[in-house]
Amino acid sequence: MHADAQVRAETAARTSYGRLLALLAARTHDVASAEDALADAFERALTRWPLDGVPDDPDAWLLTVARNRQRDRWRSAAERTSVLFDEAVHDAPAPGAVPDRRLELLLVCAHPDLADASVPLMLNTVLGFTAERIGAAFLIPTATMAARLTRAKKRIARDRIPFTVPESGQLADRLTPVLEAVYGSYAIEWPTPPRERHALLLGLGGTIAAAAPSVAEAHGLAALMYLSSARLPARVDEDGRYVPLPQQDPGRWDRDLIGAGHRHLRAAHALGTVGRFQLEAAIGAVHCARRPGESPDWANLRPLYDALVTLAPTRGAAVARAAVVAEIDGARAGLAELDAVDGTERLQAAWALRAHLLQRAGDPSAEAVYDKAVSLTTDPAERDHLRRRARGVGR
Amino acid sequence: MHYALLLNNAEPGEGDMPDIPEEAMLQMQRAMADYTAALQAAGVLISAEILEPQAQTVTVTRRDGDLRIQDGPFADTREALAGVFLLDVPDQDAAIAWAEKHPATQYAVIEVRKVAAACDEGIWNANACTD
Repeated sequence: MHADAQVRAETAARTSYGRLLALLAARTHDVASAEDALADAFERALTRWPLDGVPDDPDAWLLTVARNRQRDRWRSAAERTSVLFDEAVHDAPAPGAVPDRRLELLLVCAHPDLADASVPLMLNTVLGFTAERIGAAFLIPTATMAARLTRAKKRIARDRIPFTVPESGQLADRLTPVLEAVYGSYAIEWPTPPRERHALLLGLGGTIAAAAPSVAEAHGLAALMYLSSARLPARVDEDGRYVPLPQQDPGRWDRDLIGAGHRHLRAAHALGTVGRFQLEAAIGAVHCARRPGESPDWANLRPLYDALVTLAPTRGAAVARAAVVAEIDGARAGLAELDAVDGTERLQAAWALRAHLLQRAGDPSAEAVYDKAVSLTTDPAERDHLRRRARGVGR
Repeated sequence: MHYALLLNNAEPGEGDMPDIPEEAMLQMQRAMADYTAALQAAGVLISAEILEPQAQTVTVTRRDGDLRIQDGPFADTREALAGVFLLDVPDQDAAIAWAEKHPATQYAVIEVRKVAAACDEGIWNANACTD
């Protein structure tokens, strides 16, 4: 009984934390005091449930206790004047159903004024991860991360950043900053790909898709992250040598993550609106469909890249597209595409591709271009890979 | 070319030294070790030094005539020089590429500055930092 209550409390903590916190914070804008009230409620659950039995609706129970805690605080003289509270305009829970307001909480976290804390704040409030855990994943000292989170929560309260549900027609647009913040966090690379941060962000991506199931790009981002992380184990071989994506051994990709990515991609597809993250995920899915010993399906990748650079023209996508063009139409055609991409002077991927294509075209300038590409490459495995390739110049 | 990556960050005030959990500390140390290993493997690392807090600084000057030796930093600022990484890279682009990956970018601002003259084996040699 006791163990069961413990497990159920922990399960409730994992699955419900964000839902409950969103509800509690939405009416006061005070995330920190909502966290305190919720922590009290969980603590009480751990002492009451083993004695009284687990309630039929644990979430509703936790919400009621936490709200009573909040109310106790409001009644205290110090806070009576500072907090407005009108039960009528806020959601009294329908019996048996705790509404999901995590979406509003996510939108608050992505507010432009909270930019430096957006994603850590989502992980902290919507998923309940501690400052220590988030700090470790982001390579930020715990004290710095905790201060950043506290500052952001104060700002939410001070500026009364609104917890509002956008109309369904505006939801996709309003969610864009949330998705971009998460994507930005996922895409940064430190010297080695940070597994811990990726793991937290995959969970966050899945949660966002669950909180906004009608937004195709929410599924698109989740799919993109799952499919990218699936290939991470094959990025270097057993000897630690870098392996470019077209040569990776599909047997070393993570099948479970690929499966999860495909599910989100299908969910996005069913919603019938295309977006940047879905296209990138679809590109990932084409790569992941390759069997051992086969080449990537360049013919299918090309239209996806064409659509991607039209919809979201980034330098990275344009350079990757040039690589695909080179595979289909030859090195010179790829170089012409690469020349047309602006702002690649310091872009490692552009220099590495240029060196490779010049080498394939038999151009002696490849050597100097390899030198530049190597000088911009900070990852040791990839640097060695480029050096090995550079040694092939002129042979 | 020699480039200096100058780490500047806010220092904890007196008495509020954060008690950073050991695990987080180890994580940061591992990130820093991975980074310097990558610098070393690339053959671009000349030296890397992390400085003690500036409260332990002693300043020495004869700028106003007499020799003055004082406890404390030259300028008492919230952001202080906290580390110096010297790299030997072909150009500023490469120096910036390495600075971007520096783990300290998470909490510090990194100045990327070209070295003008360097002392090689005790002898000033302008070429030492431009080869």
